[in-house]
Amino acid sequence: MDDLLREFVTETNENLDVVDVELVRFEQDPTNAKILDNIFRLVHTIKGTCGFLGLPRLEALAHAAETLMGKFRDGVPATADAVTLILATIDRIKRILESLEHEQREPDGTDDDLIAGLRGMVERLSAAPAPPVEEQAIGTLTPQVLERPLRPGEDSLDDLERAFRDTPVDPVGRRAKPATDEAAPKDEEPARGGSQSIRVAVDTLEHLMTMVSELVLTRNQLLEIVRRHEESEFKTPLQRLSNVTAELQEGVMKTRMQPIGNAWQKMPRIVRDLANELGKQIELEMQGAETELDRQVLDLIKDPLTHMVRNSADHGLETPRERRAAGKPERGRIRLSAYHEGGFIIIEVADDGRGLDTERIKAKAIAHGLASEAEVEKLTEAQIHKFIFTPGFSTAASITSVSGRGVGMDVVRSNIDQIGGAIDVKSVAGVGLSFTIKIPLTLAIVAALIVEAGGDRFAIPQLSVIELVRARAGGEHRIERIRDTSVLRLRNKLLPLARLSRLLGMNTDKAGDVENGFIVVTQVGSQTFGIVVDAVFHTEEIVVKPISSRLRHIALFSGNTILGDGSVIMIIDPNGVAQALGSAGTSQLAAAAAATDKVAADSELMTSLLLFRAGAPQLKAVPLSLVTRLEEIDARKIELSNGRHMVQYRGHLMPLVSMGENVRVRAEGAQPLLVFSDGARSMALVVDQIVDIVEDRLDIQVASANAGVLGSAIVKGQATEIVDVGHFLPLAFEDWFRRKEQPARIRRHSLLLVDDSPFFRNMLSPVLQAAGYEVTSVGSAREALALTGEGQRFDVVVTDIEMPDMDGFEFAQRLRNDPRTADAPVIAMSSVASAEAIERGRRIGLADYVAKFDRQGLIAALKEQTQLGCAA
Amino acid sequence: MSTNGDDNLNEYVTATIGGQLFGLPIRRVQDVFLPERVTRVPLAPPEIAGVLNLRGRIVTLIDMRQRLGMPPRADDAPPMALGVELRGEFYGLLIDGVGEVLKVPDRAPEPNPVNLDASLARLSAGIHRLEGLLMIVLDVDRTLDIAATASAA
Repeated sequence: MDDLLREFVTETNENLDVVDVELVRFEQDPTNAKILDNIFRLVHTIKGTCGFLGLPRLEALAHAAETLMGKFRDGVPATADAVTLILATIDRIKRILESLEHEQREPDGTDDDLIAGLRGMVERLSAAPAPPVEEQAIGTLTPQVLERPLRPGEDSLDDLERAFRDTPVDPVGRRAKPATDEAAPKDEEPARGGSQSIRVAVDTLEHLMTMVSELVLTRNQLLEIVRRHEESEFKTPLQRLSNVTAELQEGVMKTRMQPIGNAWQKMPRIVRDLANELGKQIELEMQGAETELDRQVLDLIKDPLTHMVRNSADHGLETPRERRAAGKPERGRIRLSAYHEGGFIIIEVADDGRGLDTERIKAKAIAHGLASEAEVEKLTEAQIHKFIFTPGFSTAASITSVSGRGVGMDVVRSNIDQIGGAIDVKSVAGVGLSFTIKIPLTLAIVAALIVEAGGDRFAIPQLSVIELVRARAGGEHRIERIRDTSVLRLRNKLLPLARLSRLLGMNTDKAGDVENGFIVVTQVGSQTFGIVVDAVFHTEEIVVKPISSRLRHIALFSGNTILGDGSVIMIIDPNGVAQALGSAGTSQLAAAAAATDKVAADSELMTSLLLFRAGAPQLKAVPLSLVTRLEEIDARKIELSNGRHMVQYRGHLMPLVSMGENVRVRAEGAQPLLVFSDGARSMALVVDQIVDIVEDRLDIQVASANAGVLGSAIVKGQATEIVDVGHFLPLAFEDWFRRKEQPARIRRHSLLLVDDSPFFRNMLSPVLQAAGYEVTSVGSAREALALTGEGQRFDVVVTDIEMPDMDGFEFAQRLRNDPRTADAPVIAMSSVASAEAIERGRRIGLADYVAKFDRQGLIAALKEQTQLGCAA
Repeated sequence: MSTNGDDNLNEYVTATIGGQLFGLPIRRVQDVFLPERVTRVPLAPPEIAGVLNLRGRIVTLIDMRQRLGMPPRADDAPPMALGVELRGEFYGLLIDGVGEVLKVPDRAPEPNPVNLDASLARLSAGIHRLEGLLMIVLDVDRTLDIAATASAA
C-alpha cells in the first residue's frame, strides 16, 4: 500500500474513533458548541483528504454527514435519530476504510441509502421552524447548468454557492466563530499534542525492544566476565554501560505503554447504541483512562472489557420503569476505572443494576453437573456467583455472543488467566455488580525463579509462586509418599506435589533423594500445588521469547529465554503443570468453591480421604485430616510386649492396633501404618496397603452395624468402607479420650449435637461421650428443635453451621428466642471460619466458634462453657 | 518451494550426514556454526536436539541423523550445524560435516529412484549426479515439518 494511503487510513480511523466518542457526548450535551466544532473539524478533514486521494464513496458519505452536522451548528436540535444516522454513516466509512486497507481500493457498492437518509434528514430539519438559512439562500440563487446528473454526494453548484455565501457572511450565531479560533487551540492541545508526538510503526518498536533485550543480555555477559577478574579497568565504564542499558530498557518499555483509555474508546458508542436499542438510560463513567499498560496486554483485554460493559448495559441495568419501581434513579450507571498497584493494573467494571441472579446461577450449576443440589445449598452467595467463571458454565462459544447475564464470563476468565491475571466478582442483588481484574503491566519481561531439575535449569514465573519450602528427611517439612503420589503437609493443608524432573520425563539418577528438595508452592487460579525441584538459584528478570513452533505443543513450557550467561532455558508454564497434575485432586466444584474464600469451604464438600486395604480386598477409607502421619516401618522393628505389638517411634513406644482380625502384623518387609497422635501419645493402625489419597464427597450411604466401620460410601466410583477411627483409638489406650484429668462429675452435662453429616455425628459422639458428656445427636436443626420443643433440656448445644434446610445461624437464633433454651450456650462448628461468619455468630449470641476438625478446640470450648454454666 | 533457483545459479551447500552427501540450496543456508551450550528440551520430539543462543536468537536444533532415520553419531568429531530460517523462526540442522559449495549445471535434479530409502525419499527434492558420487537435494521445508511427520507416522 502506498504510504500516503496507509497514513490516511490510520489517521482517519483514529479520527473516527474520536468522532464516535464526541458524538455521543454531544448528544448528551447538545448545547456544547465546542464538541460540535471538534466533530465538524474532524469530519471535514476526512472529507477533504478523501477528495484529494480520489476516494469518491468516502467523500460522498463524509460530505453528506458534514452537511447534516452543519445543521446542528446552525442551531437545529440534534435529535437521537439524526445522531444515529451519522453514527451509521461513520460505521459505513469504517467498513470502507477496512477494505481500503486490505485491497487498496474502495469496495464496490453504493451508499445511496445512507446519503438519501442523511439528505432527507437535512431537509426535515431544515423544514423545522425558522432556520434563517433557507431564506437567505433562496434570495441569492443563480441558476447553474451541469451537463451530467450529479454523482452521489455531489452538490449542485447552487448548493455550493449557497453554502459558500452562508458560512462567512452570517455575522451572528455560533458558526461565526470558526473552529480554529477559540475551540481548537484548547481542544487540540491535550487531544493531539501537536508536533509533540510522532507516529511510529509498531514493528519498529518491537524491533527496538528486541535489540534492547539483546543489549541487556550482552551487558549481563560482560558483567559476568568482569566479575571473574578482581581488578579490571573495565569495571567503571561497564558500570556506566550497565546503568545506561537499564535506562534504555525502561525507556523502550515505556514506548510500548499505552493508556488503557485506548481500550475504552469504543465504550461510549457501544453503551449509547445499546441504551437506544433497549430503551434504557445509561451513564458511562470512566476513571483513570490515562493509566498505562503494555500494548500487548492492552490488546488482550480489550475484548473481555467490551464484553463486560456490554453485559452490564444489556443485562445488568434495568429499564427506567424497573429502576423507578426499585427506588433508584432512572438513569443507570456503568463505571470503568483503572489504577496501578505494584506491578499490576487493576481494572474495575461496575454497574448499579440488579446484580447477579443467584437462583439462576444455582440452577445452571446444578444442570451442568458442576455441583449437586445439596452442595449448592451450603455455598455462600459469593461462592455461587463464582460459578460464572467455571469453564463450560456458559455455552457461548465466544465472548461476543451475548445471551444472558454472566454469559461468557468463563471465556473472559480464561482470557485473563492466559496473561497471568485474576478476576473477581462482587454482586449485591438489586444494588449492583462489579468485576475486578488484576493484570500484570507487561508480559515481555517477567521476574522468574531460576531452578534446577534433572540437571537442567528452568525458569518459573514468579507471578504464580507463593512461597518456597525446603523439604528434608526428618526436617520440619517432609515429603510424604503414598505409593506414587507425593504430598506435603503445609500448615494443616495437604499440598499435592509434582517433581519437575519427573513431569518432564527426565531420568534422574538421584532416585534416593525423593525426600529432599525445594518445593515451589505455586498457585494457578484456584489450584495450589508444589513443584519439587532439585535446587533454587535466584530470581532474574527474563525476556520472554516465544517458543519454537515445533515445541509449542509441550504444555509445560510457555516460552524460553536467554539468561545472563548466554544460555537458553525453558520457561515453565504453571498452568501446564496444574494440568499435568491432573484433575485428580480438584474437581470443578472444588475449583469454583476454592476460588472463593480460601480453601476452607470446600473441605466441607470435598474431603481428602486416605484409601487403603486392610484384611479384605475392598477399599477402606478414613478422612486424611484425622491421620497424623503415614509410615512404613521395617517389620523387624515390631516388638511383641505383653501380648501387644509395639514399635519404638520417635523415642516412645507406640502400640499397634490391627484393623480387624484378618490383618496380620508382618514379620518382615515394610509394614504400612496409619499413625494417630495426640500430644505426646501416638498409636498406629496396621493396614495391608496404602492405596491413594483422593478428594471426594463423603456421603455415607449405607450405615454399618459392625464396630469400627461407620458405613459405606462411594469414593471415586467404588464402594468403600469408611472406618470409624474412634473405635480403634481406645484399643491402644483405653483412656484415649479420657486421659486428661477428668474429675468424677456428679452430673454429666447433657449435650445436643446437631450435624447433618452422619460421619461427623458418628465420629464426634464417642469423642464427646469420652470427654464426659451425655450426648444426644440429631441430623438436622428441625429435629433438634423438635426435641427442645418437647421440653428436653440440654446444658450445651454443638451445631454445624452449614446444613441444608435450616443452617446453624438460624438454628441458634431460634434457640435464643425460645426462653426454654435461651440459656444453653451454643457452640458452632464450621469449616468456613471467615471473619464475617464469626462476626455474624457473635451477633446472634453464639458462645463459641470452632473449626470443624478441631477436636481439641471443641473439647476446650465445651469445658469452658459448661464450667461457666456451673458457676452461674 | 522450488529447488531450482530463479536465476541460473544452482549452488548448493554440501553436507555429509551418515556418509551420504546432501545439498542445500545456498539461499536457504544463513549460517554455518559449531553448536555450543545446547539446552536439551524435555518432552520434545526425538529429532529436536535442543535449543541454543546464536547471537541473541534462539535456534532450534534438528538432529539430521535422527530425522533421516540413521544411527546416532559416534561421539568423536563435534557436529556442525547449518542455520536455516522458516517463517521467522531459526533452526540449526545438525550434520556430521560441511563441505564446499557446489555449483551444478543448470538443470533440474533427477527424481528420486523408486527404491530410495523411504526416510531419505521423504526429505529429498531430487538427486544430482556429480562426478563419482550422488548428492541428495534436501527439501528444507519438509525437513522442518516435524510435527506433521510425527502425526502422519
